[in-house]
Amino acid sequence: MELAFYSSAAVAILATLRVVTTGNPVHGLLYLIVSLLAVAMIFFALGAPFAGALEVIVYAGAILVLFVFVVMMLNLGPELARQERQWLRPAQWVGPGVLSAALLAVLLWFLFGAGTGALVGQGTVGPKQVGIALFGPYLLVVELASLLLLAALVAAYHLGRREDRR
Amino acid sequence: MNPDWLTPELISILIAIGKAVVILLAVVLFAAYLSFIERRLLALWQDRHGPNRVGPFGIFQLIADMIKMFFKEDWTPPFADKLTFLLAPVIAMSALLIAFAIVPVTPTWVVADLDIGILFFFALAGLAVYAVMFAGWSSNNKYSLLGGLRSAAQTVSYEVFMGISLMGVVAQAGSFNLGDIVEAQADLWFIVPQFFGFLTFALAGVAVAHRSPFDLPEAEQELAAGYHTEYSGLKWGMFFVGEYVGVVLISALLVTLFLGGWQGPLLPPVVWFVLKTLFFVMLFILLRGALPRPRYDQIMAVGWKVCLPLTLINLLVTGAVLLAGSGPVGS
Repeated sequence: MELAFYSSAAVAILATLRVVTTGNPVHGLLYLIVSLLAVAMIFFALGAPFAGALEVIVYAGAILVLFVFVVMMLNLGPELARQERQWLRPAQWVGPGVLSAALLAVLLWFLFGAGTGALVGQGTVGPKQVGIALFGPYLLVVELASLLLLAALVAAYHLGRREDRR
Repeated sequence: MNPDWLTPELISILIAIGKAVVILLAVVLFAAYLSFIERRLLALWQDRHGPNRVGPFGIFQLIADMIKMFFKEDWTPPFADKLTFLLAPVIAMSALLIAFAIVPVTPTWVVADLDIGILFFFALAGLAVYAVMFAGWSSNNKYSLLGGLRSAAQTVSYEVFMGISLMGVVAQAGSFNLGDIVEAQADLWFIVPQFFGFLTFALAGVAVAHRSPFDLPEAEQELAAGYHTEYSGLKWGMFFVGEYVGVVLISALLVTLFLGGWQGPLLPPVVWFVLKTLFFVMLFILLRGALPRPRYDQIMAVGWKVCLPLTLINLLVTGAVLLAGSGPVGS
């Protein structure tokens, strides 16, 4: 299980790096899909199969389909890849890179300092426990999230409405 | 036989692997053979002969077709995007084939007895879409791209209600596990209490397999061959077999989720399972011979305005009935 965890974590990191560094947008999305699948594998290795399956269904299977849909429509050619490579100069990424490295250091310090997290592969959180947790202690949060989504839906409907139909 | 290394665990592992290989081979071979069965059945219903020259009743037609396909030039267009062009047929064939692992053929014969059963199928059905989209984009061809776009639009409209259409079944069985769902249908098949779930899932299933009348991504009258216009030889064959694997998978899932799976009197479970699955496969083919193809805005309208509300109401009513009866029934 630990082997599965570390190998899928390595795949996730490498694929995400390629998402940033690749010039071709569709290849970037392909790497992003691989990265999300690797994160789903991490969930499986940690004993949360429900979260892993939802990761694949929602992110890899639905949201990225829309991303690919939009990128396909833009008909981006080789000159865009050249432009992307131009943008990816050290002057552009050194600043954000240093800030991210600082965040990573803090994260690692917490992880190794605290060390109270559950071990890999200890117990399995099935769909039933997730459901009970969502509609028990976290009911208010779920309802708030659904209100937020409803507001987003109404806003999207308003933005997508055609004015000339009046 | 050396008893040192031949432990009981090893034997059970080997038996499990053997069973999985048998299922894999049976599904792939049957899917390939479906191309012949489909042509003969369509011909029968349309008052024609169909391919009946190679061997008795034409049963060796598949071998002739395969020889033809193997010897075709396996051409990758120079203007195509190599990586995604090669990846697309692999996804097309493997995604739905892997999903077959969760289908229980008999009470003891299932490749992967997952607790998240149905979700595993949803995940792979979601990934299978990339086959069509990447094929359409990487071919660098207008017709292929239009096929890929249609596929994306179609996916967005059916995937939502496909998920909700099965939640009534899950609520009644009290589990995502397909084995548990079959057990829960001992007294009454779910097609009776979940009739609307069955209708909507069957619709979505036809769309997942890209079968007529939802074969818009490859509508040959308007789009040449749609997303696989630029494919030839074995790569095209993988799309072709992938489509039939989808047909077999959806038929098997419909049987498992709504028609009691392997359950039935007298005959052994595997026979019941195969018979019921064959019935749905036949319906798939009949559907292709009988129905015209709608426009893709019509498909989206039906998906969002009819099927989604229907499945939501179905889920609400199922939940209310279960709450009134307190506790999952039939488990």
